[in-house]
Amino acid sequence: MPDPMRIRAQVAGDKTTVRVLMSHEMETGQRKDAAGKTVPAWHIQEVSATHNGKPVLSAEWGTAVSKNPFMQFVIKGAKAGDKIAVTWKDTKGDTRTDEATVTSAV
Amino acid sequence: MQTRRQTLQCSLAVAGLLAGAGFPQFARAAFNKNAFEARSVQDAVKASSGVSLIESKEMNLTAPDIAENGAVVPLGISTALTGVKQMLLLIEKNPLALVAIFHSNELLENNFVTRAKMSQTSDVYAVAIMADGKAFWTKKEVKVTLGGCGA
Repeated sequence: MPDPMRIRAQVAGDKTTVRVLMSHEMETGQRKDAAGKTVPAWHIQEVSATHNGKPVLSAEWGTAVSKNPFMQFVIKGAKAGDKIAVTWKDTKGDTRTDEATVTSAV
Repeated sequence: MQTRRQTLQCSLAVAGLLAGAGFPQFARAAFNKNAFEARSVQDAVKASSGVSLIESKEMNLTAPDIAENGAVVPLGISTALTGVKQMLLLIEKNPLALVAIFHSNELLENNFVTRAKMSQTSDVYAVAIMADGKAFWTKKEVKVTLGGCGA
């Protein structure tokens, strides 16, 4: 099981900024190992987020997203105490979901 | 004059054609493999159903002037345009140009930030694709002192 994500969701007015730090190798498929063989690509492919169980974000990622990826997005209409869940799925079919509670920025 | 049998055969053929062509809104749910395998900015935008590329001042791209470490380059994309379907981040001189696609909707601000790997100094493109296929873009050159490939 991959390491948990770190998620922070802070509300300011009607906008909630969600910051996510995932733990993933994000192998590009361009790199060669010591024996000169190409290391196969292994990266997060799909990212989605829900707000109180309702889908809000869907994104597709390629190989160029950095190792241990960071992502920030802004959702409208969330309140302190709401639940934000983020899910990713990688090219090996591994998936992980983590949840965080929206906090007030002040 | 068509017999009932002929009419049936005709409609079956049409149904088959439709199934073959597929409905783009359902196909969208899957990972857009073609776009991510594209080697140029233009091909990646086309594969993401962008038809015409238009430079736009409404697009904002946040990127450093100089990235000391090409493995971690913070890139932000935002726009004030409405009716955006997808937001794309692309790096022209990377082996594969497309970095990420964010699907826009009314519950989200069109404002996304992530970090990308850059193989070398290159133009970074921020593209917003509208429902009608218009692709508004802006670009910025990011100088990379240490490449992110093979690192």
